[in-house]
Amino acid sequence: MSKLQNASAQARPSTRMSGVGRVLVAVYGVLALAATGRSFVQIVSNFDEAPLAYTLSALAAVVYIVATIALVRPGVVWYRVAWATIVFEFTGVIVVGAISVMMPDLFPHDTVWSGFGRGYLYIPLVLPVLGMWWLAKHRPAGPGASGAPSHPDTAEAGDA
Amino acid sequence: MIEWFTWVQLAVAVAAGVLCIVLGLARRVPSDLTIGALALVEVLLVVQLVVAILAPAFGNEPTGSVLEFYTYLISALLLPPAAAFWALLERNRWSTVVLGVAALAVGVMVYRMFQIWTVQSA
Repeated sequence: MSKLQNASAQARPSTRMSGVGRVLVAVYGVLALAATGRSFVQIVSNFDEAPLAYTLSALAAVVYIVATIALVRPGVVWYRVAWATIVFEFTGVIVVGAISVMMPDLFPHDTVWSGFGRGYLYIPLVLPVLGMWWLAKHRPAGPGASGAPSHPDTAEAGDA
Repeated sequence: MIEWFTWVQLAVAVAAGVLCIVLGLARRVPSDLTIGALALVEVLLVVQLVVAILAPAFGNEPTGSVLEFYTYLISALLLPPAAAFWALLERNRWSTVVLGVAALAVGVMVYRMFQIWTVQSA
């Protein structure tokens, strides 16, 4: 049975969502949902209280959604989009996390990234690192390298 | 929210999550057992929705934001079907792990819903 699974995994070497990557995508999806839900509530119920924090929440939510889609979609363009969004998230959680800890007055209201993602079990801090590791391991085949199913990289990706 | 029912729901969600993750890591593809566990989590969420709609009429009012409560509840309701749909679409062991992740996320959300309904610091 495991042979069958390996064969089916190798038949689609270009997707980044095979294997354990699916779990990564699922967690990204849940985080996107959580961030969207929270920013929806914040903006609808009391946007005037903290426009900066809540706009940031909404922006973070959109970026998580784009990152989730980019991780699933095959191809070089989506691969770059995935990198850009994940780097943005990582920067966001580091910068906003640091500011919220050192200058709490600036962020009196919670965002996804406050306290390095404290309100979300630190998932916003850990996930971009896993995402970048995953992307680095799963480079899409470039235009020159296409049509080479026995490429060592893709064979390795199939086993993972 | 009915407190004992919420604890039952939380226990079922966590148990289903652990079960699916363990079975997934043990290389099992999604089965009737794991999909069924998620179905149970979903049914309990629907019951919770009915309870939440009816409870205020019986003097059981939420202490926190109703909007926030329902945002969590509706989001939670979306998770098990999405995970199960994915599991049926592509049956491999990681789909089983995804089922578990969804169930655990539902557990966290149910706990947050309980906090919103009962404990308010502000």
